[in-house]
Amino acid sequence: ADSLQRPMKRFHPAAGCGATRIHFSMRTAARKCRSAVKLWRPASRARSALAYISEPEHEARCTGNEPEAGFVGAPGSRYVSEMKFFYPHVDHVPPILPCFRLVDDLGRLVEGAEQHLPVLNEELLQKLQTTMIRVSEYDKVFNDAQRQGRISFYLVSRGEEACSIGSCAALDPRDLLLPQYRELGALLWRGFTCHDVANQLTSNALDPAHGRQLPLHIGSKEKSIVYIKSTLGTQCPHAAGASYALKLQRTSRISLCYFGDGTSSHADVPSALNIAAVHKCPTIFFCRNNGYAISTNVADQYVSDGVAPRGIAFGMPTIRIDGNDMLAVFAATQRAREIALQESRPVLIEAMTYRIGAHSTSDDDSKYRTKKSPHAGWDSERAFWESRSPIIRFGRYLQSKGLFSVHREEELRKAARREAIDALNLAERAAKPDYSHMFTDVYDELSWVQHEQQNKLKAHVQKYAHKYADIMPQLVSL
Amino acid sequence: FVRHKMRAAGFLHGARRARHLCSLCHRRRFTTAVEIAGETQKMTMVAAINDALRVALRTDPAAVVFGEDVAFGGVFRASMNLVEEFGPERVLNMPINEQGLVGFGIGMAAVGGTAIAEVQFADYIFPAMDQICNEAAKFRYRSGNEFDVGGLTIRAPASAVGHGGHYHSQSPEAYFAHTPGLKVVYPRDAYTAKGLLLASIRDKNPVIFFEPKILYRASVGQVPVGDYELPLGKADILTAGKDITCVAWGAQVHVMTKACARAEADGISCEAIDLATIAPWDMHTIRTSVKKTGRLLVTHEAPLTGGFAGEIAATIQDECFDYLEAPIARVTGADTPFPLAFEKLYLPDELKVYDAIVRTANY
Repeated sequence: ADSLQRPMKRFHPAAGCGATRIHFSMRTAARKCRSAVKLWRPASRARSALAYISEPEHEARCTGNEPEAGFVGAPGSRYVSEMKFFYPHVDHVPPILPCFRLVDDLGRLVEGAEQHLPVLNEELLQKLQTTMIRVSEYDKVFNDAQRQGRISFYLVSRGEEACSIGSCAALDPRDLLLPQYRELGALLWRGFTCHDVANQLTSNALDPAHGRQLPLHIGSKEKSIVYIKSTLGTQCPHAAGASYALKLQRTSRISLCYFGDGTSSHADVPSALNIAAVHKCPTIFFCRNNGYAISTNVADQYVSDGVAPRGIAFGMPTIRIDGNDMLAVFAATQRAREIALQESRPVLIEAMTYRIGAHSTSDDDSKYRTKKSPHAGWDSERAFWESRSPIIRFGRYLQSKGLFSVHREEELRKAARREAIDALNLAERAAKPDYSHMFTDVYDELSWVQHEQQNKLKAHVQKYAHKYADIMPQLVSL
Repeated sequence: FVRHKMRAAGFLHGARRARHLCSLCHRRRFTTAVEIAGETQKMTMVAAINDALRVALRTDPAAVVFGEDVAFGGVFRASMNLVEEFGPERVLNMPINEQGLVGFGIGMAAVGGTAIAEVQFADYIFPAMDQICNEAAKFRYRSGNEFDVGGLTIRAPASAVGHGGHYHSQSPEAYFAHTPGLKVVYPRDAYTAKGLLLASIRDKNPVIFFEPKILYRASVGQVPVGDYELPLGKADILTAGKDITCVAWGAQVHVMTKACARAEADGISCEAIDLATIAPWDMHTIRTSVKKTGRLLVTHEAPLTGGFAGEIAATIQDECFDYLEAPIARVTGADTPFPLAFEKLYLPDELKVYDAIVRTANY
């Protein structure tokens, strides 16, 4: 009943699908190793993350709160419950910055968490978890849709749902967001519907950008989200300049840009950090350090202590946080926003996380992902992090407060999956954008160059109309 | 129409005989209502640019001028006395980082600011090419017109200065003309510099404004002290002629007009045109002229291969094939990096342009 309306290709290990190949080999490995945790499969049946690994099983392998986090991006960083922003010229910065968290891997509040625990009402707590689940289910549907050839490209946010949702939730809705591309959660939080996403993915006429860009290159002026683009890191100087203008306009709005560990090597990032610090731009630089940049492990990206020292080096308060801890992300971003506005300066948050999925639908992560788990008891690095994903940890926390359950999660997942499938089917049936939009918006008005080329194209199409019969509906206004 | 007489006082050597007719009177499609404030003042080109920045900052509270060394007045004094009048919030020194400062400007413009960036020399614009060509040029298109960075203007001193060598002499207009979504503007003197700069700042698209730095002090003329704009995308016919159309921009305009004057003495009637806007260029004016004269010469300092003269030549031969009496001549810089010791023969000087005019006219 919940299968996609089009017949789904049967995944076979021999087929070119990287994700399936992993699962096949890992299932074999799992059978061999009795203590190994079964891997999460992006299957078509709704499952519950909470049921993925039971508490006793998890507890048998760890305390849930190892002092050393084992993050790929900052090995050696130790968990603390103190939310300390390290200030340049003020604080002594340790060789390895600690990692702030409030909730442990088993969903329990850590010692000292009460000091910084954000006070959130039940509705907000539910919305945070529901949005993560929606991202998770939409990702599965859309990733599968790409494998079936229904859309051309997709990027999942698996494992990083809390980074974008927790941070976006802590901002004012009018604060300017400048995403990279792995922040679907932030878009949904701000009000993007599944239909909005599906329209853009299928490049139909309802896409406000007329299908001009790759899937998931989405944005909205009304929701204060700058359009996503494929270039890396260029949004960081934009964030600095935008917040400077917003400051001049006396708006009390800030900007927040997202970027990853790989993108942090791009020259635009230190450029932006420096300029923002010099000119006191109220910008939050939010780094999702997930350990991989396509195939490149952070070991090939930098030898520094992650990305955080760069914030301090360029002169801004900096904190490293557990990006898989929803409440820590919320608390830190909330405080960072205060600092940015009250002290009129940028802030760097390095959110440690793990990229459970592949970079995109264009790579096969079985070819490069580290096999070994950072701690014994899990049969792979990926299984280790899947067992402590943001959805599981926050779900356990909510469950302990009576606000969540396996059953509720299964219901939410079923509903979100249905929603995504329906939205995709509907979006595919919608009309494609008109070809006249090939030439609009290059400038504010078409110049003679666009007019002339449009006329030539029109004449060509009319001359060979029979060859263009399949796209004739899109040529109406041309 | 009133003929506005512009004296060529203090101009380059040999320019005495060049007649500078006010471009307003010769512009057939000039429909913009532009107020020429009655009072004019003798200004150098850099003073005119300084004045344009002042007018922009006065009339637009969202305007910010920024770049390397901009606060103290600028290495060419283009931003003199601005921070004193408008404050350090609106006149900013930037760290040495072209990609950062251009990206900063893009961000400002994306939220409605008017970002007037300076790249200290056009030779140093290359680090910012990703931000200019991948971001600024595509901001409106990729967002379905929800966002745009029309408020961004990038000024850069460009072209040969006599002793600049590789990295203080370049004319990179062709690289940017090749990216749809950008406008590229190149004034030729004090009057056009102020009017075109104000138009560029207010244009609703990102504009790159190249300033021929050799003319900063050498070009002196009567410039209105008030607020005025000259339209972008319109070429100026400086002298009417019937035998050959000559096109140039920036400082090369004066080399061209000198060569034309020399050719006039030989009886060749030259129609001298300043292209002024490289992208989008005024093809219609050039086409109309070439249909009349049957011959075209384009001259620029930038190297030959991939230079913008090629674009003009290709389009005009397409549009005017039956009208052409001679191959289109391009007189340009050589395909080498800009050499210090060899500048005199590297540049397309008056003699080279004159020689090409004569060859083309006698083909």
